Amino acid sequence: MSDKVTISIKRSDPSKGEAPHFVDYEVPTQEGMVVLDAVHYIENNIDPTLSVRWNCKAARCGSCSAEVNGLPRLMCKTRVDKMGSKISIEPMRAYPVVKDLVTNVSHNWEIAKRIPPFTPKPGLPKPWKMAAIDITRSKEFRTCIECFLCQDVCHVIREHESNYLGPKHMVKVAALDMHPLDSIDRAGFLHTDGGVGFCNITKCCQNVCPEGIHITDNAIIPEKERVVNEFYDPIGILLHRRKKK
Amino acid sequence: MLVIGAGGAGLRAAVEALKQDVKVLIVTKSLLGKAHTVMAEGGIAASLGNMDKEDNWKVHFADTYVEGVYLGDWRFSEKLAKDAPARVLELEEYGALFDRNTDGKILQRAFGAHTYRRLCHVGDKTGLELIRTLQDKVIHSNASFLEEIMITKIISDGRKVKGAIGLDLKTGEFYSISAKGIVLASGGLGRIYKVTSNSWESTGDGLSLAFEAGAELMDLEMVQFHPTGMIWPPAIRGLLVTEGVRGDGGLLYNTKGERFMLRYSPQKKELDARDVVARSIYREIMEGRGTEHGGVYLDISYKGAKFILEKLPSMYMQYKEFSGVDITKEKMEVAPTTHYHMGGIKVDAETNQTVVSGLFAAGEAATGLHGANRLGGNSLADLLVFGKRTGEEAAKFVKNAKLSRIDDSEASAEVDRVLSFLQVKDPVNPYEVFEKLRETMSSNVGIWRNEEGLNKALAEIAELKKLGKRVGVSGSTKFNPGLVTALEVQGLLNIAEMLVTAARERKESRGAHYRQDYPDLKKEWRKNIVFTRKEDGSFSMRFDPVPELPPELKALLSKEEQENV
Ligand SMILES: Cc1cc2nc3c(=O)[nH]c(=O)nc-3n(C[C@H](O)[C@H](O)[C@H](O)COP(=O)(O)OP(=O)(O)OC[C@H]3O[C@@H](n4cnc5c(N)ncnc54)[C@H](O)[C@@H]3O)c2cc1C
Ligand code: SF4
Ligand code: SF4
Ligand code: FES
Repeated sequence: MSDKVTISIKRSDPSKGEAPHFVDYEVPTQEGMVVLDAVHYIENNIDPTLSVRWNCKAARCGSCSAEVNGLPRLMCKTRVDKMGSKISIEPMRAYPVVKDLVTNVSHNWEIAKRIPPFTPKPGLPKPWKMAAIDITRSKEFRTCIECFLCQDVCHVIREHESNYLGPKHMVKVAALDMHPLDSIDRAGFLHTDGGVGFCNITKCCQNVCPEGIHITDNAIIPEKERVVNEFYDPIGILLHRRKKK
Repeated sequence: MLVIGAGGAGLRAAVEALKQDVKVLIVTKSLLGKAHTVMAEGGIAASLGNMDKEDNWKVHFADTYVEGVYLGDWRFSEKLAKDAPARVLELEEYGALFDRNTDGKILQRAFGAHTYRRLCHVGDKTGLELIRTLQDKVIHSNASFLEEIMITKIISDGRKVKGAIGLDLKTGEFYSISAKGIVLASGGLGRIYKVTSNSWESTGDGLSLAFEAGAELMDLEMVQFHPTGMIWPPAIRGLLVTEGVRGDGGLLYNTKGERFMLRYSPQKKELDARDVVARSIYREIMEGRGTEHGGVYLDISYKGAKFILEKLPSMYMQYKEFSGVDITKEKMEVAPTTHYHMGGIKVDAETNQTVVSGLFAAGEAATGLHGANRLGGNSLADLLVFGKRTGEEAAKFVKNAKLSRIDDSEASAEVDRVLSFLQVKDPVNPYEVFEKLRETMSSNVGIWRNEEGLNKALAEIAELKKLGKRVGVSGSTKFNPGLVTALEVQGLLNIAEMLVTAARERKESRGAHYRQDYPDLKKEWRKNIVFTRKEDGSFSMRFDPVPELPPELKALLSKEEQENV
């Protein structure tokens, strides 16, 4: 591995009317270095005003999402030595830029508010009992670190023209629906307010999830099937039939 | 009511206060759901007795009190042990989905120095589940929250709080927030050390905010070094390897292939308290039985891939991605890493209120519960138990309090202070000061401490404080990481000075505090070191005796342990 790498960062400050432009920085490399380390090097030694969002540096918190060489990645989980001698870093495209690599993802809270929350079946004897096998499906979705990378690549979300929740929130709905003691059916919500019909199961979201959640296969498709059973969504019907054969 | 911090403690306090219909505003330096708590792995300690029927609050209390080496306040440990089971079940009712045992109840895993299998967990992502569950509660409530706001000052008249001033990192604008009551839940200060498992925001802000506002700090010298952090490659040094690995059977070896914990702790072995295991590993390394990267081996591979992938998925990913090691086949290389601060803001054991009326503290920022050493799983339990209690008490307080608004002059004085960092001529780079501070803390105030090293650290901190006066950055107030570091470093230098002073003062070894020159526990040192702010901004130090154990709790300790208290 060479001892230097060029990091090309897309910088901008929209509030000052500063247009996006790439700035190149030379960064010395260290064994095992991740892209976030390179950004920190720049911040600490070249330009302390470079804005980046991070927190855990352990791929746990989902703060440091960006497009590295055009690929939606967590910067703290992407090793420099795997990305070539010139690495470009851009903010996520689906969200408005705050400054440099930092985007405004707060819209996700408005979506989260719309999802009907966990509502346990009434009158369950306490303490609750659940079989280990019954919680496995829901558990997969609970590893979501809210990095929003799946939202970032979803073309429906990028086009901003529908009420579709987006894959991250479908994962949340699935986590709730598949909780063995949850009592409400979110199919109606998905069909109307959730805009699930807009997803045409391209699986782009699933391919970028750093937690390896099978977003489309295990969350979206089963949810679509539930909607079909109740509301006849055309894509879903097709799927449903195919599955039945 | 203002809650500073959206980790487990802050969120739990908010959820409780909301039940009492008070108006709650939560502010956080990071985004909602990203707080340091999200990283917690192993579990929440609660004596549900789902695995070992013999377990109950009394055993949990004794474990906590004894492993804190009699420095904790029993009023906290008693509450923790009694309330934790109810808090865990309540979290489950809020929607958290814990791993299950064969009876369908919550599965509990073994952890260091817990007598029974006690940690309720969600694989190795317990903190994530805890935060999400509470976060959902908050999102679906009428609480307001402001993200990426850094509180830079708590305004008080020294006796009573008025509110706080914060910088909105997203816009670069300032907030002046008048509040009847404040809950500080700002987490720990792990980043004061070079090698740490802690996240970006663990810079002890809350400690300086509280101290400047007139609150007292206590047990600052008690810093926990977790026995197992990753060490190779250098870029990820310090990243935590959960105690769950040892809880689930992981064994420690030196380069001679010797399972050295059998030598240091024949009874509890790998699962002795953290300070014991960390010191043992450190000794192996210092005495030349460590790996070329300066660590020892931790092996779980003999448990097989299926077990590991189910129980420790994050550890598997972490080693695979960052070091290219497959832990289902190979040994891990580990060394101690700075992990937790037992010390912090001194609060009343019944209300979690500081000596400043209306200022409450909870979670890692507060102190009194863990004494000289924290047991694994007791922090998450602390967040739930005392998060709730604090939320309740603060809400009660707020309902009977009158709002005194922050004066414009007070607000603008703080704004000017923050802006002054942008106008320094020939500024010193804040990162440089921060790095030097971390350097000296790691070399001189680590696992092994002695008079000479501590004096050296104090001298260096004094120099850094001078340098700190000239710290400055370019750019604006908007998302300027240099400015954030400059603000953090000012506070940290003061806290570091008190921390090291306390470590020098405590001429004994107790729990996490180990003095090479005073290697024994001394009964006369069963005292808490407390710091108070003087009028001129400097500190004074006081020694408070540890509250006496009531006889019924004393009776829960073994004969030998009773001798020590
Ligand atoms: C890797 C790891 C694993 C762990 N595993 C376990 C475990 O298994 N079991 C266990 O019991 N404990 C564990 N711990 C310890 C435990 O996670 C922490 O002690 C605990 O999460 C602290 O929670 P908290 O709510 O006090 O603060 P934090 O979660 O640290 O939250 C602090 C909050 O305060 C905010 N804040 C800080 N400063 C400011 C400011 N100036 N202005 C505004 N907001 C501010 C932050 O943004 C954040 O929202 C672990 C710790 C680590 C590092
Ligand atoms: S599968 Fe659906 S949610 Fe995922 S990227 Fe494609 S359209 Fe978006
Ligand atoms: S589902 Fe995966 S990609 Fe989407 S937000 Fe969660 S962790 Fe990120
Ligand atoms: S910094 Fe937390 S995921 Fe990268």
